[in-house]
Amino acid sequence: MRAYQPKDNVQKKSYYNDRFYVTPTLARKSVYDDSVFSNDYLSLTKKVTVNDVYLELDHLVLWINPEDNISAIKHAKEILAYDFLVELSAIDYVATKGGFEIFYEMLSTSKRKRLRIKTFIKEGTAIESVNPLFRMADWSEREMFDMFGIVANNHPYMKRILMPEDWHGHPLLKTYPLHGDEAARWYEVDKIFGREARETIGEEQRDSAAIDRYDTTRFSRLGHEVPFGTDIRDGKEPDTPVRYQEDGGIKIFGIPLVTPFDEIETKNLKERR
Amino acid sequence: MQQTNRLKPFFENIAFDREDNTMVVNFGPQHPSAHGQLRLILELQGEEVVKAHPDVGYLHRGMEKMGENMIYNEFLPTTDRMDYIAATSNNYGYALAVEKLLGIEAPRRAEVIRTMLLEINRIISHLFWLATHALDVGAMSVFLYAFREREFAMDLMEDYCGARLTHSSVRIGGVPLDLPKNWIEDLEKFMVVLDEQIKIYEGLLTTNRIWRMRLENIGVIPTEMAKSWGCTGLVLRGSGVQWDLRKEMPYGLYPELEFDVPFSDTCDSYGRYKLHMEEMYQSMRILKQLIPMYHESESKLMAHAPQYISSSKEEMMTQNYSLMQHFVLVTQGMRPPVGEVYVATESPKGELGYYIVSDGSPYPYRMKLRAPSFWHTGILQDLLPGHQLADVVTIIGNLNIVFGEIDR
Repeated sequence: MRAYQPKDNVQKKSYYNDRFYVTPTLARKSVYDDSVFSNDYLSLTKKVTVNDVYLELDHLVLWINPEDNISAIKHAKEILAYDFLVELSAIDYVATKGGFEIFYEMLSTSKRKRLRIKTFIKEGTAIESVNPLFRMADWSEREMFDMFGIVANNHPYMKRILMPEDWHGHPLLKTYPLHGDEAARWYEVDKIFGREARETIGEEQRDSAAIDRYDTTRFSRLGHEVPFGTDIRDGKEPDTPVRYQEDGGIKIFGIPLVTPFDEIETKNLKERR
Repeated sequence: MQQTNRLKPFFENIAFDREDNTMVVNFGPQHPSAHGQLRLILELQGEEVVKAHPDVGYLHRGMEKMGENMIYNEFLPTTDRMDYIAATSNNYGYALAVEKLLGIEAPRRAEVIRTMLLEINRIISHLFWLATHALDVGAMSVFLYAFREREFAMDLMEDYCGARLTHSSVRIGGVPLDLPKNWIEDLEKFMVVLDEQIKIYEGLLTTNRIWRMRLENIGVIPTEMAKSWGCTGLVLRGSGVQWDLRKEMPYGLYPELEFDVPFSDTCDSYGRYKLHMEEMYQSMRILKQLIPMYHESESKLMAHAPQYISSSKEEMMTQNYSLMQHFVLVTQGMRPPVGEVYVATESPKGELGYYIVSDGSPYPYRMKLRAPSFWHTGILQDLLPGHQLADVVTIIGNLNIVFGEIDR
């Protein structure tokens, strides 16, 4: 029987797991271990509800409710002097938790500190765009939408950015197939020529370097040329020896212009001149 | 009736008969000055840009998806293909992120070699920028000169790792090889040549009337705009913020090294040009300090962490357990601790960040690659309106965008 493959997560998985091996977890420190971060945290708790807070590898990680994202980032930007929103995107936890984690990575150039605001949204819900606070969110949220299908409300241009506009599916979802799918295989044929042309054209050639040596319409057979479109399958391949020169050289009015090439008389140099 | 499965016929390049008399022009993706695969849809009023719409994604290879489906060591050569002009900085950022996740540190000699490669790569990248940017603006000879010196720098890279463009010479936990014989001498010779040559480039360009007319007050990015758009690196420093991660949030050997962080208040293309030139001098200054550090360091090249990193060849060939460990690491991959890490390094383009979420399995659960050029392209939609069509080429070239890392 074929091994069962879960459909909600088609990503590559380890083929062997030691039953007795326990993977360690990164140590999380208390927010009060760092005076700057603890002040930031206390200031932010007055503004929004913070569900969880800890320090992980020199980062302050704050968990907030998704509807608070604008007020939290606004507070971090204007009051706490986190003047850069460095990165924002999502993590797919649809299979295990039924939604996405969204992270906002912020940087303060005056304090030299990094802050990560995280929130969790259910699958199918949208999040408010932070574009009015940071213009970089214009492109980042488009990328997030493109990759995960998470819509940012009140975004000026909520369209795909990296994938073609008419693409189906969102590539960074764990359910997205790794090697393309049936629709992608026939995508161009269907779009350009229509579905009825599938039989005539055939599916997409995935190997861009593939060469069919018997195809005399699309490939010229250098040194072994045959007329265009000749059928050379089933042993009909003509014997065409490679010749670079006419036999006996070229003569004009009986005077030799090009002497014939003599393989025996050539000299091989021992070293480069 | 419209057939939904057919491509609609449309005139791609020019929209005719618009009432407001603007013209829509497609700039790229095959335009030689589009620096790769940038498609820029420009709305022109006469020769003035009224609206700009950068369209990216022509080089999208799904690197984040690839990263999630490869073991950690397997992904390293793929990072080369992000910013392919400065491959080592991508490798280094990735290696540093994974090392931080694992809680290991590369030995000192490895760190010295890495920093040397990083700075040579910065010079290569800046020379490439200078060459192509000057060519875009019309200075053909600078292109030829700068590519000659870039060739010498690439020869150095080739002598070290065998590759010229995609190096993969940094590994998680250190570097695989020591510097070859006479490499340091070659580096010193190269720096003498480069120092002379940069002066020649500056002589050709800095006070050149045409160069200044084309660059001064073109592509002005005010500080607020740069911060809002998440601009980093030279674009940010060109907008009057003295911010270099090597100095402000240092990593590796940078706390021990002496160098200046140049910045410019003019916020225009000419200021950014001057910064590029100055940064090459600073890179050389760093390289000169690294040479004695290399000689003083011990010969160990890879960190000792048998759980995560394969042992040396010698140990593997003599000790059974090391060999077993190596097999497990190659076939199954290392299993880093559960947790999240974001590590940012100063690549020649700006802040290059790797955000890795590990769930304890050999495959990262999520890998977000923060490429600086992504937002340096995004800013074009706010920056270009108001400029002349000819300045568009200057600005694109000046922002030093590389499409390998924008589209990933």
